[in-house]
Amino acid sequence: MSLWTFFVTHRLETTELALEHLRLVGVSMLLAVAIGVPSGILLTRHPWLEKPVLGTANVMQTIPSLALFGLLLPAPWIGARADRLAILALTLYGLLPIIRNTYAGIRGVNAAVVEAAVGMGMTDRQVLLQVQLPLATSVIIAGVRVAAVISVGVATIAAAIGAGGLGEYIFRGLSMVNNQLILAGAVPAALLALLADVALGLVERRLRPAG
Amino acid sequence: MTSTCQGAFIVELRRVSYRVDGGRELIRDITFGVRAGEVLVLLGRSGSGKTTTLKLINRLLIPTSGEVLVEGQSTLAWDAIRLRRRIGYVIQETGLFPHFTVARNITLVPSLEGWPLERRRARVEELLSLVGLEPQLAERYPHELSGGQRQRVGVARALAADPPILLLDEPFGALDPITRADLQREFKALHARLKKTAVLVTHDLREALFLASRIALFDSGRLVGLYSPGEFLCTSDPAAVQYRAAFEPAWDSAGSIRSGGKELKV
Ligand SMILES: Nc1ncnc2c1ncn2[C@@H]1O[C@H](COP(=O)(O)OP(=O)(O)O)[C@@H](O)[C@H]1O
Ligand SMILES: [Mg+2]
Repeated sequence: MSLWTFFVTHRLETTELALEHLRLVGVSMLLAVAIGVPSGILLTRHPWLEKPVLGTANVMQTIPSLALFGLLLPAPWIGARADRLAILALTLYGLLPIIRNTYAGIRGVNAAVVEAAVGMGMTDRQVLLQVQLPLATSVIIAGVRVAAVISVGVATIAAAIGAGGLGEYIFRGLSMVNNQLILAGAVPAALLALLADVALGLVERRLRPAG
Repeated sequence: MTSTCQGAFIVELRRVSYRVDGGRELIRDITFGVRAGEVLVLLGRSGSGKTTTLKLINRLLIPTSGEVLVEGQSTLAWDAIRLRRRIGYVIQETGLFPHFTVARNITLVPSLEGWPLERRRARVEELLSLVGLEPQLAERYPHELSGGQRQRVGVARALAADPPILLLDEPFGALDPITRADLQREFKALHARLKKTAVLVTHDLREALFLASRIALFDSGRLVGLYSPGEFLCTSDPAAVQYRAAFEPAWDSAGSIRSGGKELKV
C-alpha cells in the first residue's frame, strides 16, 4: 500500500489528527504571543530584567521535550489532561523566540525616530503603541514564525503522552516497526511546518516598514 | 556675558552641567538666555555639546547641576509632556516616522492634542505650502521623498501645533550645498514671518552668520562666548579666531558672506 493510498483510506483519521495537531500548535502559539510580547516589552522598559528573563526562557529551550512533558506531569490541573500538558510545554518552547524578537525588534527601532516621538511630547504608552510596536511588528512576527515551526515539530512528541496529533502515527509506526506509518505522521507534519513558515513569512514581509 | 534679567528670557540656562551616569561631563557650566523671537545659534565642532544642550531644553535630558528655565519655569517643574508639546523639535536625522504618511507625520502633535480631523487637514495644506512643498506630497511616505523634502517635512512637523519655541538640531545637515542654501533662505523668511523663539544648532559658520541673531560658540562642552554675527567676525577670542580660520579658504573664494541680510566684507 502506498502512502497515498494510506491517506485516502484513512482520510478521516488523518484529518482528525492533523486538526488536533493544529489545535495544539495554534493554542500554544496564541498563549506564547500573549505572554511573550508583553514580556519582551517589559524588558525594554526594565533592561535589568533582560538576563534573568531571557536566561530562563533559554533554559526552557534546552530541556529535551520528552523530559519537559515528564516534568510537567505532576502539575495540578495541567497534568490532569494530556492536551493541557502538551499546550503548556509548547507554549514554554515558543516563549524564547517571541520574547527575544519583541525585545530586539523594539530596541532596533531607529533611535532618531523614538527620540523625535518622545521629544514631540508622546507619552511612553503612545511611543510604544504608535511608534515602537508598529515598527517592530515584522521582527516580532519573525519570532512567532520560528516558534511556530519549532512547535509543529515538537508537537509530534506530544503523542507520547497521549495528547494526539500527527505524532500518533509516528509512535504507532515506531512500535510496529512500520516505516510507512511513521511517514504518514512525519510527512503531513513537515507540510504543516512548511505551511506555517510560508504563511507567517508572507505576513512578516507585508508588515515590514518600507524605507 | 549678557545680563540675566529674570523674566526677560523665554529659554534660559543657568550654570548648567550635564554628566552621563557616573561618566564624562558632556557640558560644563553653561549660562545663556534666549529672548522672544530671536534665533540663537549654537555653533561648534561636532562633539562640542550642542545637541546635549538642546536636549536639556525640552527635558530629554535633566541637568546634573544648574537649572534650565523655559518661560521662567524650571524644566523640572514643567510637566514633561506639556513642555515638549510647546516646543517644536527638528532633530538631526529628521526622525520622520517611516510608517506614517507625510500628512500624519506633520499632524502628530495636533492629533495628540486632539484637534478634529478637518482642522488637521487644513493645517497640513497650510504647512506644506509654508515650507514650499506640493500638496500632493501629503499622502507619500518619508522614503518616497528626497532629502530636502524630508527636511522640509521635519520643519513643518515641528511647526504644526504652532509652538512658541523651536529647537532645530542641524536641520539642514546632510543636504547638498544648493538645497541647503535654499532651505536656509526659506527658513530665514519663515522666521521673519512667524517670529518663533528658536535655538538652532550647526557646525557651519556660514549658516550661523546668516541665520543667527546671536551666536553661542561651544568648545569641548563649554560656552566660549556669545556674539552677534558682526561681533563674531571681529572678536579676538582665540576659539572664535580658530573657528573662523577653519572657514577662511571658503571666504577667499566667496569674497564676502551674507549676514543678517546685509553683505559683510571679510
Ligand atoms: N549618552 C552619551 N554617553 C556618553 N557620551 C555621550 C552621550 N551622548 C553624547 N556623548 C558625547 O558627548 C559629546 C557631546 O555630544 P553632542 O552634544 O552630541 O555634541 P554635538 O551635538 O556638538 O556634536 C560627544 O563627545 C559625544 O560623543
Ligand atoms: Mg549634534
